[in-house]
Amino acid sequence: MIETDLLIIGAGPCGLFTVFEAGLIKLRCHLIDALAEPGGQLTEIYPKKPIYDIPGLPSILAGDLVKNLMEQAAPFKPGFTLGERAETLEKTNDGKWKLVTNKGTEHLAPIVVIAGGLGCFEPRKPNLDLLDKFEDKGVEYIIKDPEIYRGQNVVIAGGGDSALDWTLFLSEVAKSVTLVHRRTTFRGHPDSIQRVMDLASAGKIELLLNSEVTALHGEDHLDKVSITNFEENNTAERNTDHFIPLFGLSPKLGPIKDWQLNLNKESISVNTFDYSTNIPGIYAVGDINDYPGKLRLILCGFHEATLMVQSAFKRIYPEKNLVLKYTTVSGVNSF
Amino acid sequence: MDDLIKIYVTDLDGVKHCIEAPTDMGLSLMEAIKANELQIKATCGGMALCATCHVYIKSDHLLPTMSEDEEAMLDDAFLLGIPHSRLSCQIYLKPELDGLEVQLGENTAV
Repeated sequence: MIETDLLIIGAGPCGLFTVFEAGLIKLRCHLIDALAEPGGQLTEIYPKKPIYDIPGLPSILAGDLVKNLMEQAAPFKPGFTLGERAETLEKTNDGKWKLVTNKGTEHLAPIVVIAGGLGCFEPRKPNLDLLDKFEDKGVEYIIKDPEIYRGQNVVIAGGGDSALDWTLFLSEVAKSVTLVHRRTTFRGHPDSIQRVMDLASAGKIELLLNSEVTALHGEDHLDKVSITNFEENNTAERNTDHFIPLFGLSPKLGPIKDWQLNLNKESISVNTFDYSTNIPGIYAVGDINDYPGKLRLILCGFHEATLMVQSAFKRIYPEKNLVLKYTTVSGVNSF
Repeated sequence: MDDLIKIYVTDLDGVKHCIEAPTDMGLSLMEAIKANELQIKATCGGMALCATCHVYIKSDHLLPTMSEDEEAMLDDAFLLGIPHSRLSCQIYLKPELDGLEVQLGENTAV
């Protein structure tokens, strides 16, 4: 059981900055995120895009902002449960919250902070018959353990960085790799594109452009896919052990919607006094919350997190008085 | 005002709305739809990175050419090749688009 003061759901910019603000008033934090890396949207969707509206930083790449926020949070030694989705939340007899992830990791804290952004990122699934049937029986959307592909035949579909990167990686591991892409151009790192093209010309992988996987076949496990080439208007079957569709991720609110929180569409309604939800001890900050005048900006999320931790402190230590200290005066006293 | 144009937006319930939008504020079609309080998810805020502002173009206005990013995103969302599909965040409003007619795609559902 992982125990902390503030259990933060979502390791995006807002969740990371919460660690810093909480740390200044000596509250410990642990973050849970469905993605394998901290940073949320900034890491997953637009790491190379510049952000121009962070006060004091005329321009910063999203990925660099995450790096800086991690550095800023580091003195307060946050814990992380990454690659796991917050699933169930229940109140314990002593008034704390017990949160269990989809992989069964248990967390206990007096305060839960939902900084979930747009929700959990889930893979975009192609519209194919029998897709559900073969999930985890040959069809995988996320590569967790590359070793399972050793000596196997693999078909990858997609045209972005993850399709390119895994094609390159698995070309060294799998028996055969076929990359299927519906267009002729890729959206990825130019170097990765070049390397994939080079592997294809050297006959190390097979590259099928203007093509799409259009059917899955097999008994208990996937053993064949149909691949249609639109230009030549023909369909061929190909034996394969795995089909890995990599069409990016799209966010969903996920299990949080069943936690009896007051929602406005996909957002959690909060009180702007302290960004508390309708459930005492649960707060929501950043893109996931909603209140009159809400703006989905990182800088607004930072402000929300700063006010929120003050209220969280008072809930945990009702008898203590909190005096605002300036970092310029007190410095940053690490844990 | 001279710089206001009319756009006709059919929502997911099939209701047609006429919205007016200025062309001198650098607004995208997605932003104009949002500003008029029609339901459109538009998760990523206009970076061509989510396809939740997908629309079908119903009139024959000449639109800006699709960027590589828009094309790749439509492809990832399995929308490329579905006729008249565009990302409304990539269409910037200008006087020539007066009278544009669009229908919101299923992905825009909030």
